[in-house]
Amino acid sequence: MFIKQLQETVKDAFAKKIELDIQSGNSKRFLGRTPKGAALSIAQYSGIVEYDPAELVITVKAGTALRDINSALAKNNQYLPFDAPNFSNESTIGGVVAAGLSGPIRPWTGSVRDYVLGIECIDGRGDHLRFGGRVMKNVAGYDVSRLTVGSMGTLGIILQMSFKVLPKPETSATVYFDCSQVKSIEKITQMGLTSLPLSASLWVANKLFVRLSGSQAAVAKGLEIIGGNRCLDNDLWQKLRDHTHSFFHGESPLWRVSVPANSAVAEIGDECLVEWGGSLRWYKSSQQNEKFHEYAQKCGGNAILFRNGDRSSDVNGKLHPVLGRIHKQLKKSFDPGNILNPGRMYKDL
Amino acid sequence: MNIDTKVIEPDLSPVGLKGLFESFVDIVGESHVLTEKEQLYPYECDGLSAYKALPLAVVLPATAEEVCEVMRLCHKQNIPVVARGAGTGLSGGALPYEQGILLSLARLNQIINIDPPNRVAVVQPGVRNLAITEAVADLGLYYAPDPSSQIACSIGGNVAENSGGVHCLKYGLTVHNVIHLKVVTIEGELIEIGGGGLDTPGYDLLALMHGSEGLLGIIVEVTVKLLPKPDVAVAILASFDDVETAGNAVADVISRGILPAGLEMMDNPSIRATEDFVKAGYPIDAAAILICELDGTEQEVKSQIILAKDILSQAGATELRISESEQERAKFWSGRKNAFPAVGRISPDYYCIDGTIPKRELGNILVEIDRLSTEYGLSVANVFHAGDGNLHPLILYDANVDGEFARTEELGGKILEACVIAGGTITGEHGVGIEKINQMCVQFSSLELEQFHRIKAAFDPRGLLNPGKAIPTLTRCAEFGGMHVHDGNLPFADIERF
Repeated sequence: MFIKQLQETVKDAFAKKIELDIQSGNSKRFLGRTPKGAALSIAQYSGIVEYDPAELVITVKAGTALRDINSALAKNNQYLPFDAPNFSNESTIGGVVAAGLSGPIRPWTGSVRDYVLGIECIDGRGDHLRFGGRVMKNVAGYDVSRLTVGSMGTLGIILQMSFKVLPKPETSATVYFDCSQVKSIEKITQMGLTSLPLSASLWVANKLFVRLSGSQAAVAKGLEIIGGNRCLDNDLWQKLRDHTHSFFHGESPLWRVSVPANSAVAEIGDECLVEWGGSLRWYKSSQQNEKFHEYAQKCGGNAILFRNGDRSSDVNGKLHPVLGRIHKQLKKSFDPGNILNPGRMYKDL
Repeated sequence: MNIDTKVIEPDLSPVGLKGLFESFVDIVGESHVLTEKEQLYPYECDGLSAYKALPLAVVLPATAEEVCEVMRLCHKQNIPVVARGAGTGLSGGALPYEQGILLSLARLNQIINIDPPNRVAVVQPGVRNLAITEAVADLGLYYAPDPSSQIACSIGGNVAENSGGVHCLKYGLTVHNVIHLKVVTIEGELIEIGGGGLDTPGYDLLALMHGSEGLLGIIVEVTVKLLPKPDVAVAILASFDDVETAGNAVADVISRGILPAGLEMMDNPSIRATEDFVKAGYPIDAAAILICELDGTEQEVKSQIILAKDILSQAGATELRISESEQERAKFWSGRKNAFPAVGRISPDYYCIDGTIPKRELGNILVEIDRLSTEYGLSVANVFHAGDGNLHPLILYDANVDGEFARTEELGGKILEACVIAGGTITGEHGVGIEKINQMCVQFSSLELEQFHRIKAAFDPRGLLNPGKAIPTLTRCAEFGGMHVHDGNLPFADIERF
């Protein structure tokens, strides 16, 4: 019923050229460029459709709260291994996929798109389409499921999706070291070349925090090898993931810079926080935007204006002209009327 | 759809072809343009030898720049292009197109850079899968995806097919282990997809390129992730006296929180064939065996082995063997890794199927395969990536018997359709290519197939890249007459079908 109505709404919007602003938990309204258009909520389309722990697969409707999915999985000692941020308690799984943001564990287990197995969506014509499936391996047809991850709702209204899930590590422990940013990158890079059961890293205010996760025995052995001081803040990683950590407070523009882990440290911005073993660097700064793009490009990565600042600017940077052309053609192939979250990701997309 | 209006008809007259070949020679040199029939035969098929065709020419560029030039020329003259790596593909993805050229990437075979601190390697598409692991072994690193053909298959083809292997339950497919690609478009432009960091803004074209079977662009450089080699790996060989019990044991291992590095299953015909061939020490009377590999730190593996042994015996294993040495572990695997050639020894020909199902359907699908096998009068040996529900039934046949291959193909199609009905898919890791193109009509609706064609057109509006593969036209589906199965439900499910 909901799907039929939604299809009618989209068909009508396509015919009348009405721009749609797709919403659900609205925990990431700050992300991307300023939303515009008529509000279209999918929040009511919620619930776990199928979950069989032995399959390591869960299928959920887009409006399902992330916290509900997490608790259903936790009952079976399983989890979504990309550890998506819960920027508010209302965060829903549709938004998690649309934004494609992963948490502190990402370099060691993978990202949202790595665990998406299939999706159902309504495209910009109002057609109901299904891609991928509920099985781990599937190479039939183009990988549209993963393509929609991080597309900010510009390719389709995501209705339902299936994820691969994993057994939760038996235990975790965190230690910290006092060290400079340069030293911290050196240290974590070195650890990354060993078989230590790393599952998160954070450098902030001259401290490097390292989390180990796995079996009791493996974590105990790992702690013995790396030494350091035990960190007693049990919420540290959740605060980092959900941006409730004090570093993320305030109104100044927040830059998210994704670079090779071992990239040289840059003296840019007012404050810096590093996670993902060095490959994700956050900067608070009111400086000229170009500096972050320049730095990221020099390292072979990219920078986005994640929060605050001018949300009508090119917050995701600019695409190479050929890539820009392909993006536009792809967008047109799913949404010929350009009505789904237009301009949310890039100005002309 | 995105129709290009300036299309010129390619000039395939002898004079036109001569001019075309000369232009290729100008780009890649005389010895790297093959046009004589006897030169073309080695390229007439890939690992699926049932389908054969000769291209107009085989062109072998040596650099990304040469690939760009070849593509610009083909685009200008409207010549279709089929890319080929090592030619080990099993779905006919690299089957030549008779009115087009075959672009071999075999000469782009250099490892460009190994970057231990960032744990990546930059390689050209013609580098063999195993060569990457060999090149970084002394650093204590390896490249995780390990298709059975890893000794021969090349990384460009791995990306094009999104290849798996026996370790993908824990370590993922190719798509999970590549962070950056350089791709040449049909227009001959070089683009970069992905990046040096882990996340890249924009659409996930990196994921889209994986498994796109050469229909969207030509891969000319791949940056792969490297992983630290686990300290210890131990394999358990478990025997069962019935296949369904073995299937249930797989579910038990996983639901009890163990994530094996590999979890493979073989049925009795496969066990017998491989034991005859490699003497892996398999119990030839067992109805099925499971190979369960656990890896990680010494402590981790120790505790998991105890748990796994316990689970497997409770699940009804009649015998359990734990590898005591690297040698013994390799021996356990030798049978599984040689299962295909072993079956090749007991039958003049065999045909490998690649369906995937939810694991709980394993028992049912085996019954269905058995029924179909009897119906078609063809034996089937089963080898599974049990941990991720990926089946490789091997149909035994004799190509010299009139009509037997046609019957084999039909049986294969039926098995795949049964996989879709069971909630699975027609291909887990081998790709659609030319082989499973009809079954695509069963798995996808016409609206979905149309969307695939539009995606293709976003990259290649004239359809010059690998024409006729991977995505069937709607006309073809109408002719095939297969029915689209949605959520495991056939339309009019109450009508009996045999």
